[in-house]
Amino acid sequence: MESLYAITTGVLTACGLYLTLRGRTFPVVVGLTLLSYAVNLFLFSMGGLTTDGAAIVDGAGHYADPLPQALVLTAIVIGFAMTAFVVILAMRARSEVGNDHVDGRSHDHDEERSR
Amino acid sequence: MTLLWIPLLPLLGMLVPMLSAHKGRRLCTLATAVAPALALLLALSQWPALATDETLRFSLEWLPALGLDLAFRLDGLSLLFNLLILGIGLLILLYAHYYLSPDEPFGRFYAYLILFMASMVGIVMADNLILLWLYWELTSISSFLLIGFWSHQSDARKGARMALTVTGAGGLALLAGLLLLGDMAGSFSMDQVLASGDLIVADPRYPIMLVLVLLGAFTKSAQFPFQFWLPHAMAAPTPVSAYLHSATMVKAGIFLMARLHPAIADSALWSVTVSLIGAATLLYGAWFALLKTDLKGILAFSTVSHLGLITLLLGIGSPMAVLAALFHILNHAAFKAALFMSAGIVDHETGTRELGRLGGLRRPMPVTAILTTLAAAAMAGVPLLNGFLSKEMFFTETLATPVLGGLSWLLPALATLGGVLSVAYSLRLVHALFFKPAQQPLPKTPHEPPRLMRAPVELLVVVCVAVGLVPVLAEGILAPAVRAALGEPLEFHLAIWHGVNLPLIMSLVALVAGAVAYWRHADLQRFVRSFRPVDARLVFEAAIQRLGNAAEAGLAWFDGASLQRYMTWLLLATLVVGGLGLAQMTGLTGEKGNQPLDGVLVLGAGLLLFGGIGTAVTHRYRLVSLLLLSVVGLVVSLTFARFSAPDLALTQLSVEVVTMILLMLALFFLPQKTPPESSNRRSLRDIVLAGSLGLVVASLNYAVLTRDNTSIAGFFVENSVPGGGGHNVVNVILVDFRGFDTLGEITVLALAGLAIFKLLNRLRLFMPHSDGEGRVWSPDRYPAILTSISMALLPLALLVSAFIFLRGHNLPGGGFIAGLITAVALILLYMARGVEWAQARLDFPYQPVAVAGVGIATLTGLGSWLFGYPFLTSAFGYFSLPLVGKFELATALLFDLGVYLAVVGATLMILANLGKVTTPHRPAKEPVESHTDAHQRPSKETS
Repeated sequence: MESLYAITTGVLTACGLYLTLRGRTFPVVVGLTLLSYAVNLFLFSMGGLTTDGAAIVDGAGHYADPLPQALVLTAIVIGFAMTAFVVILAMRARSEVGNDHVDGRSHDHDEERSR
Repeated sequence: MTLLWIPLLPLLGMLVPMLSAHKGRRLCTLATAVAPALALLLALSQWPALATDETLRFSLEWLPALGLDLAFRLDGLSLLFNLLILGIGLLILLYAHYYLSPDEPFGRFYAYLILFMASMVGIVMADNLILLWLYWELTSISSFLLIGFWSHQSDARKGARMALTVTGAGGLALLAGLLLLGDMAGSFSMDQVLASGDLIVADPRYPIMLVLVLLGAFTKSAQFPFQFWLPHAMAAPTPVSAYLHSATMVKAGIFLMARLHPAIADSALWSVTVSLIGAATLLYGAWFALLKTDLKGILAFSTVSHLGLITLLLGIGSPMAVLAALFHILNHAAFKAALFMSAGIVDHETGTRELGRLGGLRRPMPVTAILTTLAAAAMAGVPLLNGFLSKEMFFTETLATPVLGGLSWLLPALATLGGVLSVAYSLRLVHALFFKPAQQPLPKTPHEPPRLMRAPVELLVVVCVAVGLVPVLAEGILAPAVRAALGEPLEFHLAIWHGVNLPLIMSLVALVAGAVAYWRHADLQRFVRSFRPVDARLVFEAAIQRLGNAAEAGLAWFDGASLQRYMTWLLLATLVVGGLGLAQMTGLTGEKGNQPLDGVLVLGAGLLLFGGIGTAVTHRYRLVSLLLLSVVGLVVSLTFARFSAPDLALTQLSVEVVTMILLMLALFFLPQKTPPESSNRRSLRDIVLAGSLGLVVASLNYAVLTRDNTSIAGFFVENSVPGGGGHNVVNVILVDFRGFDTLGEITVLALAGLAIFKLLNRLRLFMPHSDGEGRVWSPDRYPAILTSISMALLPLALLVSAFIFLRGHNLPGGGFIAGLITAVALILLYMARGVEWAQARLDFPYQPVAVAGVGIATLTGLGSWLFGYPFLTSAFGYFSLPLVGKFELATALLFDLGVYLAVVGATLMILANLGKVTTPHRPAKEPVESHTDAHQRPSKETS
């Protein structure tokens, strides 16, 4: 179970990172979202993988570690805020610059300029 | 306490000219003079104490952890330099009053001057190595401002920049040297450093430290091969040259060598290096002083030469040599300041500084002629003037020293040669200015300067003559100074006549040979003209240019303003650090091992892998990629549910919904496909890089998962009910134990919402009427089923969110989740019925909601202060009402309400505003403009 979990986290990380290395804004935003899933899964697992042990105190002794959960909960919400910010930044950049390249300049854009 | 005022007064005095500049120049000059004058009086008042007691100190801890104290000392050496800095500074102030033309900003000039003065006083009085360095840097900066004062002149700017670059670089070396020195001595306090000379010289790091400290001193004091900046600093106004290059700035390096003499000078390395550099500088400066035709250029190179002389004496390092060095510092300051000011007067009165154009000034300016001649004679070392005395002591010491072993005879020979050149250029200066007939008419008709403009020169020349005739006068100030520089008292007596001896013969040789050299000056010039001159400024500027180009090229290679390149570097660095960390582990699998798998887990993992890899593979087809991404998000939510995190599952689920809506909306405005851009090589590189990092993350994750770790979870579980009054530990952590974190996070959330609101403000978008394949969007904008379901769902959703919110403290739920559910329900309404419809019914801005949320959370935290508890302490109690029964109220609930409002406000601010971009209700800054926007832009954009 642990090995499968780790493999999944690793693959999601790799896919997310690959997308963040692309040259257009939208894939980068998608990549960041994917990466944040991976990071959240990774952080969440720092407390170990517990089955049937939700941290609701009711007398029974077996609980999952609540601290990573609390951290990840806020991380999910903040991650959404950041994704939103980046994607709207990308929209704004496209409307200001005229293309959706991450550096604000693309080859076709350069050609337009020179023409 | 009096001691503190000496460095403090000039520093405060810097403000005076700025505050009084508008009152007229006379008043401003007078007011500016007050602070330095008081400081000078204070310093002089301590003189009697210094004659008996060793050192006066003042100390205040500043940053004790760094060894930095606000510590000042006043010993003989500080007093001697204070006398020069403050005394000559006051004379310069008076001189500058007449020198600057009426329309120049004298207030600013005075302020720079006083700042410079304050920093010099700080150097000579610092009782702590780091403090000394701070003041050292301050002199570099203030001298930059002074040299570049005429910033409209390219020469001044370049000269200032060169001075700053050279002395600034030296300053960095000095910092490194002083840190080493402090480390060797075990303290940065000057006393301890000066007392641990043996320890320091024996340390293996001594040579490195010495080279670094000397680099600092040599760059500041324009020693060979760093002398080149000084002549170019002559682009400064003459009062600045007279001040910086006679008494202060260039003497700072000399001062440093004298100050640290007891600590670092007792080695052969010091003697050989310092004396050879000094000798080289002495001859280099003297030779070029003889060749220059610009009046200030001659003085600049002669300053270089005299600094070399003093350095040579400090290199020799015997007690009498140190005495001679200090004496020459005093003498040089007097005659060189006088000469610079005379040169300024000549420049001022005739309009030129070119030696070839000047001449015959004896008649129109007889007093200035006499004064200048006397000062130049002192510089040449003519008997009965102060320069003669120190120069004779210099000759004596070069004869006596064994520094160069069998080659020690070289030093007196070189010294005599230096003397010859010095006589020649002094003679040339005086003769060409005053006695040789003028070859061409001057730009202005010269006459004597204002009485008070000449007064500083007169005073300094009187000092030169008085000390020359009655050398005992200087003993009072030199005795404590030499004691401070040596660390022990020295018995000495200054006298004019020592009988006929070798030094006297050397002096006479220098006088006669110097006169001959000047007589044959024309031949000399012809000889020199056969060489191609090297302009230090061109070399320096070219070097700076090359450095700038190289840096730019390096930066372009490293940075290139490309996000992809940044990312590559960042990921490579992460890979290296992470890989190294993993490589140091003993084994990957820990002691806990694997838990058994089941089919659901394998299915879930398969879906995640499918979604993740699919997202990456199909990224050029953006909609498909996005759909696959949502698969990942949903399965992640299920993963949380599977591994005992119901709160996370709920949060992830609702965030997933809003994220997808957001990305879909954004995609509407962006191209639907990504053009193929990266080359195959590039893609392969990215796959390898991302894949390796994936491997690192997977290994790391596996390593952690299979190991036992001690967690602080027990504390939270145990204290959740008794301490926080809630059974849902995750929620209690969020709103109570770590409420401060949560407060920070909702603040970030609200800020992101506001930033997005701002970004959407007046955004011009191209709105496509069809998708990528040219299919026109469906005309059915508000599908009936969605409309009716969303209407029915809204009250239910709000009820659920209220329920989730209230039960959050004890069961899965809470402000975050409830807020997201509310937001989703409202967004659904926007989508189903359109912005116009929703806007009419939900007519309020969301920014205040988000801000109010953060406000409520903050106020809840502050509330606990009223009861004397720390920020965000929560309180709870159980109450019972008829019918409802026993229930719990906690202040944490109020905090959670803040979280709820912040989440709702921020999410709607983001999504509703983005949705509004397509409609007349787009966000805009000014209401009037938004009105015009509303009616004009959509028609233009949709066309």
